[in-house]
Amino acid sequence: MSIFKKIRKNKDQLTAILILLPSLILLAIFVYGFIFQTGYQSLTDWTGVGEPGNSEFIGLQNYKKLFTGLLDIRFRQSLVNTLFFTLFFIAGCLSLGLLFAILIDQGIRFEGFFRLIFLYPMSLSFIVTGTVWNWLLNPVGGVNRLPTLFNKEPWSFKWIASRTQILQFDWLQLPKYIGIILLVTLIYLSYRYWKQEKNIPAIITLVISIATLIWLLSGGANKIQILKVSETHGFNLAMIGIILAAIWQMAGYMMAMYLAGIRGVPEELREAARVDGANELQIYARIIFPMLMPITLSAMIVLGHISLKIFDLIYVIAGPDNATTDVPGILMFMTSFRGNQFAKGGAIAIVMLIMVAVIIVPYLVSTLKSEHEL
Amino acid sequence: MNKSKSFRRILIYTTLVFFVVIFLIPAYMVITTSLKSPIQISLKTAWDLPTQWFFQSFVDAWLKFKPNIINSIRLVIPATLISAVMGSINGYVLSKWKFPGSNILFMLMLFGMFIPYQSILIPLFRFLKNMGLYGSISGLVIVHVIYGLPITTLIFRNYYAEIPTEMIEAGKIDGAGFFKIYKDIVFPISLPGFVVVIIWQFTQIWNEFLFAVTLTSGTGNEPITVALSNLAGGRAVNWNLPMAGALMAALPTLVVYLVLGKYFIRGLLAGSVKG
Repeated sequence: MSIFKKIRKNKDQLTAILILLPSLILLAIFVYGFIFQTGYQSLTDWTGVGEPGNSEFIGLQNYKKLFTGLLDIRFRQSLVNTLFFTLFFIAGCLSLGLLFAILIDQGIRFEGFFRLIFLYPMSLSFIVTGTVWNWLLNPVGGVNRLPTLFNKEPWSFKWIASRTQILQFDWLQLPKYIGIILLVTLIYLSYRYWKQEKNIPAIITLVISIATLIWLLSGGANKIQILKVSETHGFNLAMIGIILAAIWQMAGYMMAMYLAGIRGVPEELREAARVDGANELQIYARIIFPMLMPITLSAMIVLGHISLKIFDLIYVIAGPDNATTDVPGILMFMTSFRGNQFAKGGAIAIVMLIMVAVIIVPYLVSTLKSEHEL
Repeated sequence: MNKSKSFRRILIYTTLVFFVVIFLIPAYMVITTSLKSPIQISLKTAWDLPTQWFFQSFVDAWLKFKPNIINSIRLVIPATLISAVMGSINGYVLSKWKFPGSNILFMLMLFGMFIPYQSILIPLFRFLKNMGLYGSISGLVIVHVIYGLPITTLIFRNYYAEIPTEMIEAGKIDGAGFFKIYKDIVFPISLPGFVVVIIWQFTQIWNEFLFAVTLTSGTGNEPITVALSNLAGGRAVNWNLPMAGALMAALPTLVVYLVLGKYFIRGLLAGSVKG
């Protein structure tokens, strides 16, 4: 009540809120309202004819089909593709970005030139990048002919056309793998609580992890029969070219982030360390790297959400209807707008949203909290 | 001592130059391929320089892509300006006229810039169809303005946060209200903020593909990204044409980057939320 009184007292404050209101309403409808609609559609059998509200409500059937249905093997491989893509893409961007930032920080000449070159791909669209890399990754031409410039045999890797799959695993074993990941996470959490001397949460997580362990050892995971037959998935080597193109485009972003971080370290701090007899390597290891940790974390979140949504780049390099290099972003588009299976497309979209929300929401909440503390 | 130091220098420069070459390879490929005539282009000689300069590719690409480039310009100018102005006023409210719950509302707004747009695409598609805006440039402008609001608001909010509160308070004491403070105090020092936001939105919208391909395909209002992807996707084409098209599509954002790089990087860093 008092809040409203205060607002009423202040006409300007009210104006401010009214000014903000249109944007809030637009985002409430176009973000949250539309997400809700997509979510509702995904629970029906709507195929784009008539209103989704008039279609039959079928609960989680679409999701069940995606994860366990025989015909939807492509969705599962697209998830696996995204997972590997995200892993290698983030690792590549972080390490190249850090390398560039450290090298450029060594008081070199032409610093501006090097920064310019490493960052220019960021200004291009994935469509332009994709067009060029499509040509570069041609099995007979492009990158594969680079060795011939040095009078060597051309490479024979087929890039996008490769059908080789490594790091294979059986989708049937998924409950077991999830159990193992859960177990490791729980043990780690328990250990952290114990170190912080929070005994009760430590004991609770420990008990749950023991229960998980017993469940795993007693073969409980194997009893969950998510598929009728075994189904192998793995890392398609066809993704490598796409990952390289994506790293080429985004490594400069990491360089800019790290460079800003390194330059933010006060020179006095480095000087003091030098006086204490630390060499350059030790200064990086003891002073600069620890200070880069928060940057690394937020960069991983930014890169991670980009890679979970990846669409344009693969659309142009490999084509939208390429099962080997499929990702949920493209599959959703094709399922909905080319296949008219709007309900199933909606379900894929919601799975994507959940994957992104899992990393973004904690990030936004922690940002909000840290701002309150300031 | 001195020897190891110069050895280190050489190592640093060699590594940097090596990566510069790698980073320029795609640029080399686009430029040389676009300057070859279709007969000169073969997989085996992909790396060779053109034996004869062939500028016809650019004429052909221009004739082919001109309508799409015009579409992109008609899209990007209003969408960028409207979202920048709205972002500025939102950022002003959220930094200088905070109210209970404003931070939470801001976070809820920000979430909108991280979502995979696939999760709103089907209702958006239906909404535009029902409004009769499907396939139109103005429909796409509206879409880009709305989904651009979180980032433009974020950049301005962080930018205005650095204006000392005393300046605003002084304005209030002088009897200035909400709009007068914005007009006399905030807006006049907003230029760098506007440059960052305009560059960012211009680049994002010019380069955008998912909305464009979903909402304009086959209507004749396709922006350049959609037209380019259609050409590059068709396998039987002569590669000089997509390469010349790629150069044209890249040129506006590349020029902005080369001329105003400093502001481009600022927008880039702002995109990671913490200002």
